[in-house]
Amino acid sequence: MIPLSWYLVLAAAIFCVGLYGALARRNAVAILMGIELMLNAVNINLIAFWRYLNPGSMGGQVFAIIVFAVAASEAAVGLALIISIYRRRSTVAADDLNLLKW
Amino acid sequence: MTVVQIIFVITAIVTFLAAIMVVASPNLIHAALWLVLTLAGVAVLFLLLEAAFLAVVQVAIYIGAIAILVIFAVMLTRQVSTGLASQVNRTWWLAAPAAVILFAGLIVLFSQVAGFQAVAEPLVKEPATLVVDLGRALVDAQGYVLPFEVASVLLLAAMIGAIVIALPPAPTVEEKGA
Amino acid sequence: MDVFFRDPFGWVSRTWNDLLTGLGLSSELATLLLQLVGAVVLTGIVLTLSGVFLTWLDRKLSARIQDRLGPNRVGPYGLLQSVADAIKLVTKEDITPDGADKVVYNLAPLLAIMSVAGLWAVVPFAPQLIGTDLNVGLLYLVSIGSIGTLSIIMAGWASNNKYALLGAFRTVAQLVSYEVPMVLALIIPTMLAGSMGMGDIVARQRDVWFIVLAPLAGLVFFISSLAEVGRTPFDLMEAESEIVAGFNIEYSGMKFGMFYVAEFLHAFTISALTATIFLGGWQGPGAAAFPLLGLVYFLIKTATVYFILTLIRFTLPRIRIDQMNDLNWKFLTPLALAAVIVTAVADKAALEVGWSRTGALLAANGAVLLVTVLLLGRHARSLRRRLEARVVRATGS
Repeated sequence: MIPLSWYLVLAAAIFCVGLYGALARRNAVAILMGIELMLNAVNINLIAFWRYLNPGSMGGQVFAIIVFAVAASEAAVGLALIISIYRRRSTVAADDLNLLKW
Repeated sequence: MTVVQIIFVITAIVTFLAAIMVVASPNLIHAALWLVLTLAGVAVLFLLLEAAFLAVVQVAIYIGAIAILVIFAVMLTRQVSTGLASQVNRTWWLAAPAAVILFAGLIVLFSQVAGFQAVAEPLVKEPATLVVDLGRALVDAQGYVLPFEVASVLLLAAMIGAIVIALPPAPTVEEKGA
Repeated sequence: MDVFFRDPFGWVSRTWNDLLTGLGLSSELATLLLQLVGAVVLTGIVLTLSGVFLTWLDRKLSARIQDRLGPNRVGPYGLLQSVADAIKLVTKEDITPDGADKVVYNLAPLLAIMSVAGLWAVVPFAPQLIGTDLNVGLLYLVSIGSIGTLSIIMAGWASNNKYALLGAFRTVAQLVSYEVPMVLALIIPTMLAGSMGMGDIVARQRDVWFIVLAPLAGLVFFISSLAEVGRTPFDLMEAESEIVAGFNIEYSGMKFGMFYVAEFLHAFTISALTATIFLGGWQGPGAAAFPLLGLVYFLIKTATVYFILTLIRFTLPRIRIDQMNDLNWKFLTPLALAAVIVTAVADKAALEVGWSRTGALLAANGAVLLVTVLLLGRHARSLRRRLEARVVRATGS
């Protein structure tokens, strides 16, 4: 059978790949894709822990559903912001959006 | 190696490679399509974990809505110099070791959790009861009704906010007069 | 023979199992092989034959409605016309536009057909004949349908053509919008049956069909499924006369054939789904005892709904994109929400007070319908008054 460790290692790996994407990419949409990867890794972790350590309580699945809702709203608002920025500044490279820098 | 283990290994490899292609692909539309493959792989993992409802919700919401949003955003914000500019910013050489160190740290942390080597016990409840219990838990006063309602308000706020932000700017006075 | 008629699918699987375990295979492997063969038979034979038959039916029906004959040269009554068309499509030159993204361009038609074929996995044909009795079957339908949306964006973008991209944008806006009333309308059969599994929904319709208990939900589901498929009047996706076939422009030969067949199959699939969820699927007199009779009932119901769909197609004109958006967000979604709330209240109230469930639900649906018609009438009258006032101001005084 599949031990819990396999799921946790996979989730950690996807989380770190997403982290690299969020930190190292220039395009704002690509950063958002990295964030989505991180949220998916968190979901895998939640469901794996629910299944292996506490399948009686529904808390794990409910938490994962809340993460779905949060990811959807964050993607919607983030992409709306990116499109609005593109309309004004004609760029979506995160390096160029530095008006608030000191 | 049982059949389930083989399925898990194949799915895990596909998901991980697709995730790497998401962050390494220079063409953003290709990166978005690799993201779709990653999300599908995660849905298969949910199925292996016997969370069937979450697997179909993952496909319906992530692939059916969020991935399409991302593809739309990539298409609407395309820049002429996409092929020429670099895809990584100045500090990528810090981000890569940071990710690797974080991965090592996470593994060390997880291995200390009791039950790290746990094997899945057969579920006591049937799958149909699981869905019913999930529904009950979401509206039970002693359950999770408060996070459920807060999430609904969050979605409403995000919907209104996204519409307001993405509206084209209103025409100025000169354009209206002419 | 009596055993065969009373339990044909069990007889087939038992005979298969005995045959293969007699040859030395394990029982699990025999079951797996049976499922694989069933899947191949379903997609390879049933869907292909349906595709061929449906295009013929479409052309004949449209011809008769438009007072002409339709194909009648190739084969008896023109039945082999679709075969001739398929041969023509296969022999056409397969053009890939310059600058198109090859992998995405070739993958899009495959995903379109995959998403339609995947829907058939949860349709109950007969009492024991169902691909997989998922207990989240209804939500599975919605999620697999959304993969088809993805294929359209891929097709539109990979063609390297402005008009294909614009067509794909409009199409995806339509498809994503109409998922909302579809999901809301599907909540009502879930409430009435107490489960999301398709087998359970059909089993619960033994006494009274859901179209009687929830006619508004059936109507909303039917309209939004029409929009999801892209059939007239929601024909914007492939409006041949307007944007020259939308996202399909750059596809030629068999790839275009795949999109074309996928659309017909999708229409047939939603007829099957409407028949299953609202018209009782395989339920009918004698179906529980003789499963093959259940299969016959299912096919008759599906064919009836498909016939109605085709009649609608050749009667109504195409609606514009702003009319389509208005219809969805200002009419279907509030109607579906109201239907969900009213059905929930009426169902529980009937239980408490002791009225007949059918009567209470019918009354509730009728009340919502009455209120909707009154509101629509008032809105139409105020629009007309405003229009006439504008005309009077423009021409008179």
